[in-house]
Amino acid sequence: MTNFLKKQNFWFVFTPYFWLVLFFFIPLALIFKISISVSEWGMPPYRDMFAFSEEGLSINVTLSNYLFIFSDSFYLRSYLNSLNLALTSTLICLLIGYPIAFYVAKSKENIRNLLLILLIIPFWTSFLLRVYAWKVILQGSGVINTILIKFGIIDQPLSMLHNHYAVILGVVYTYLPFMILPLYGYLVKFDLNLIDASSDLGAKPFKTFIKVIIPLSLPGIMAGSMLVFIPVVGEFVIPELLGGSDKLYFGKIIWDEFFVNRDWPIASALAMSGIFILVVPIIIFQLMYAKYHFKNE
Amino acid sequence: MLDPFLKIDGLSKTFGNTKALDNVSLDINKSELFSLLGSSGCGKSTLLRIIAGFEKPDSGKIYLDGQDITTLPPYLRPLNIMFQNYALFPHLNVKKNIEFGLKEEDLDKKEIDQRVNEITTLLELTGLESRKINEISGGQQQRVALARCLVKKPKLLLLDEPLAALDKKLRVQTQFELVNLQYKLGITFIIVTHDQEEAMSLSDRMAIMKEGNILQIGNPVEIYEKPSDKYVANFIGTANLFNLNLIDQKLIIKELNLEISNNSSKNKKLCLIRPEKIKIQKLENQNTQNQCIGVIKEVAYLGSYTKYLIESNGFNFYAFMQNEEVSRNLKIKWDDKVICTWSEDSIFFFDD
Repeated sequence: MTNFLKKQNFWFVFTPYFWLVLFFFIPLALIFKISISVSEWGMPPYRDMFAFSEEGLSINVTLSNYLFIFSDSFYLRSYLNSLNLALTSTLICLLIGYPIAFYVAKSKENIRNLLLILLIIPFWTSFLLRVYAWKVILQGSGVINTILIKFGIIDQPLSMLHNHYAVILGVVYTYLPFMILPLYGYLVKFDLNLIDASSDLGAKPFKTFIKVIIPLSLPGIMAGSMLVFIPVVGEFVIPELLGGSDKLYFGKIIWDEFFVNRDWPIASALAMSGIFILVVPIIIFQLMYAKYHFKNE
Repeated sequence: MLDPFLKIDGLSKTFGNTKALDNVSLDINKSELFSLLGSSGCGKSTLLRIIAGFEKPDSGKIYLDGQDITTLPPYLRPLNIMFQNYALFPHLNVKKNIEFGLKEEDLDKKEIDQRVNEITTLLELTGLESRKINEISGGQQQRVALARCLVKKPKLLLLDEPLAALDKKLRVQTQFELVNLQYKLGITFIIVTHDQEEAMSLSDRMAIMKEGNILQIGNPVEIYEKPSDKYVANFIGTANLFNLNLIDQKLIIKELNLEISNNSSKNKKLCLIRPEKIKIQKLENQNTQNQCIGVIKEVAYLGSYTKYLIESNGFNFYAFMQNEEVSRNLKIKWDDKVICTWSEDSIFFFDD
């Protein structure tokens, strides 16, 4: 019996690990392998790592891909553009999402469930379609411009599409639920007596917000921010559809290297660099998160 | 005459279709330990939350120390509340919890430290200052909650079920500590509780509430001995209630078919005899007045006293006997015939 349980436990605990190994670490290792390979024409478009010839075994490993992308400021700028986009939209998501999450968490139960469904409903439509819809709304002959011209507020259609702001709009619109849901998860557990207690002890509403509500929802803020920030750094579709030529984003650069230039090693090196730069904030976040929970549970 | 310290004047509050408070008026004196007692849903917590400022009354006024505080927000009211679940801040340690309210008062650090020190000493929290809230026991949490309020030197302290979260033994001990503390500090306390024993042992005066109304205000003795109606009599302690009939100018206890030789209470309809005032003996000799013959239906030995359920004339009532006497009356057991007696003045007659 105990053996049977142990066996079950083993599968229960290790299934996620097998999943991770199969679908995360192996592909990652493959990408890493390509990133240190030498590029060449052919299929696949890189040289085999180990080659046997008359001179014996030759190992074709190079760091030149990494050296190349770090020496050309073009890649760095696109990465910074993406970081900038991710930071800005995370902040905007937080500012919009926090009050919404708070309101949903503090609504009566029947209303709360309805609001949660409303938050999730957009996911039932294809993400691509929803971003494309923004194109229709924002374009020169789009809904907004048509209305503004009709009411005589403007003569010429505003150019709202194909710039950095349109991308931010699209990203915020798409990722807002990922900010709201973890925040909601923390705020719904929040004891409202704490707000009353703070007020009773003499703290005005703003002070209560700063001294009590924010610190206690910090894990939710961190979780939501990470869920928005990390995917936005590599976001490709939204900048492609709504962005213009004013700014190049990291995801788009990787796409171009892969499919336009067919330089897989450079593309892989870019992807790996992106991951390593992101891993640092994630580790910091995890440490902070663990520390917080260790203290409070 | 002096104005009362806290004057509650005609408060009403409706939530949806339920009247939580129905024109409630109440005067509380300075340095009084006052309890609001009632079963759940009687409006006592709503009243407390309105006094604290968390709820707005539909009508009525609250005056504290002569000042109209009806429309003041909670953070401007010179009073504090201790919550039933204590509502301590989990992200702050004991000291930070206690000084939270002082930091909102723009005091200099020296005074804050001094006052925090005083209160931690008074409430025996010294040494726990840097602990997190989840690292201290329930009893300690209760004292931190108390300290957090008292350190602000409020004019009035509201306590919402202050002992409900403690286990029974700690509860009794804490009851006495709370009374001592209140006496020492002279702060007016208003305690909300559903526990009648707690209210009786803590309070100078108490109010019994039901369905948004106050049924009776008085000290514990008045309320126990002279309840205003059937509900209060039953709510506090055990009550033997008897209907009265006037037949041929004789006052008869209807249920026992027994005559009462009381001439002043001839127009009364209902009376109360508390069980501890009924003496029971095994049926041997027989007197004439204020007594009846009954059969013991149930015996419950409760340590300090024994409960007897007695049936007489088809009607059940209780008699309690101190066990100092029980040891002499051990012979009384199930199905014994007993004679029950009580003195004339232990009968309480209700006003109509």
